[in-house]
Amino acid sequence: MDWTALWLSLRLAFWTVLLLLPIGIWLGRVLAYRDFRGKGVVEALVALPLVLPPTVFGYYLLVAFGAASPVGQLWQAAFGQQLVFTFEGLLVASIIFNLPFAIQPMQRGFEAIAPEIREAAACCGMPPWRALLRIELPLAWPGILTAMVLSFAHTLGEFGIVLMVGGSIPGETKTIAIAIYDRVQAFDDRAAAEMSALLLAISLATIALTFAFSRRVGRRLG
Amino acid sequence: MPSRRSLLASFAALGLATAPLAGHGDDAPVIAGASDLQFALEEIARAFTAETGDTVRLAFGSSGNFARQIRQGAPFAMYLSADEGFVLDLHRDGLTRDEGDLYAVGRIVVISPSGSPLEPDEDLANLEAMLADGSITRFAIANPEHAPYGRAAMQALISRGLWDAVEPKLVLGENVSQAAQFATSGNAEGGIIAYSLALAPQVAALGTWTLLPEAWHAPLRQRMVLLPHAGPVAEAFYAYVQEPAARAIFRKYGFVLPGEQS
Repeated sequence: MDWTALWLSLRLAFWTVLLLLPIGIWLGRVLAYRDFRGKGVVEALVALPLVLPPTVFGYYLLVAFGAASPVGQLWQAAFGQQLVFTFEGLLVASIIFNLPFAIQPMQRGFEAIAPEIREAAACCGMPPWRALLRIELPLAWPGILTAMVLSFAHTLGEFGIVLMVGGSIPGETKTIAIAIYDRVQAFDDRAAAEMSALLLAISLATIALTFAFSRRVGRRLG
Repeated sequence: MPSRRSLLASFAALGLATAPLAGHGDDAPVIAGASDLQFALEEIARAFTAETGDTVRLAFGSSGNFARQIRQGAPFAMYLSADEGFVLDLHRDGLTRDEGDLYAVGRIVVISPSGSPLEPDEDLANLEAMLADGSITRFAIANPEHAPYGRAAMQALISRGLWDAVEPKLVLGENVSQAAQFATSGNAEGGIIAYSLALAPQVAALGTWTLLPEAWHAPLRQRMVLLPHAGPVAEAFYAYVQEPAARAIFRKYGFVLPGEQS
């Protein structure tokens, strides 16, 4: 078992979920309640990482964030280190690639709230942010938790992008999925088996949790 | 139905439980090593730590990939290539501290897993016969495009006149360590890999192998170099790799050392 890699993956997953939470709540809510020009385009862009091959995404990240790119140079000037081959770079990649896993369940969660309830809150003069905290978030919570669990598990398993932009640096970019690949190449089947079993258990727990949450959403709708 | 309080409480609990996750990794320098060094360099790093108390972090991969990553600014402190060409190219473009040092010369072997009908021989006569009667389904080498040991394997097969026959059967490892894994997993009849990997107990237990003639491929002159931002620990490790203790480990893994005869 590569504890450094496991720890790194947990840190990456934690930060991904934490930063996606406000983004997901905001964008999920906008997509659930508002109608605007180009909404279809936004929804399609959010869904794109579901079908985009991770290596394609990794390639564009290398091109867009590499040391020679404008974004890479801006980052270098601001933070004194570069984006590719660093934890921060992986985190940016992870957030973008998890957008559909975070936003779609949250959007479904907000959509499941009956319009009458929100109208009643507005009629009673409840300010929107209070309505969000006291009415919408408590009602949309199964969707929000599903989003968090899915992004967390998906980050632990991401391989293609990490391979492209990570560089397999222990403690910095060598995630547990990369460590499994690495251990197989090092003829260390035992460590690979232990880490694979752990990821399998986490995946099973994720599926169980998301099914349980989506049953709750369904029950409320029905 | 859960209250808002329990929802907030669960967020808070998650935050508390994972708060220390924000800490950063250690600052030990990252050393990029060619895959043929998988076992030798790990042993050298352990000896280095035992002697000095300092640690290094090792990353293994194909020399070509590392060279590309260094060009993109990967934060490696030291790079041990399996082919000196990559190091000299980086040096020419001003990306290394100097032109580095030759640290070892590598050899290749033909290996077949236990239970495979392929019997490794120095002349590859058995491979030739099995290719002729179609009993080779898969043969593993590293990717010649960016892995020096893959290129040496390709040159050897061309020298022996077997390249055209073997090419349709090839499975390419991303680096020579993966090629060794393919070659010994039992899913291929065999392969050509680094001598240093074949000598590692983990690999030696899986099959039989024979050294191939040096004259069949360009010498695998392995060069290492410090990168511009290398610190004192990386410099100490660089020096240690050239000391007798490390040279003994290289020799144990079948490398020919600079200034010595095979």
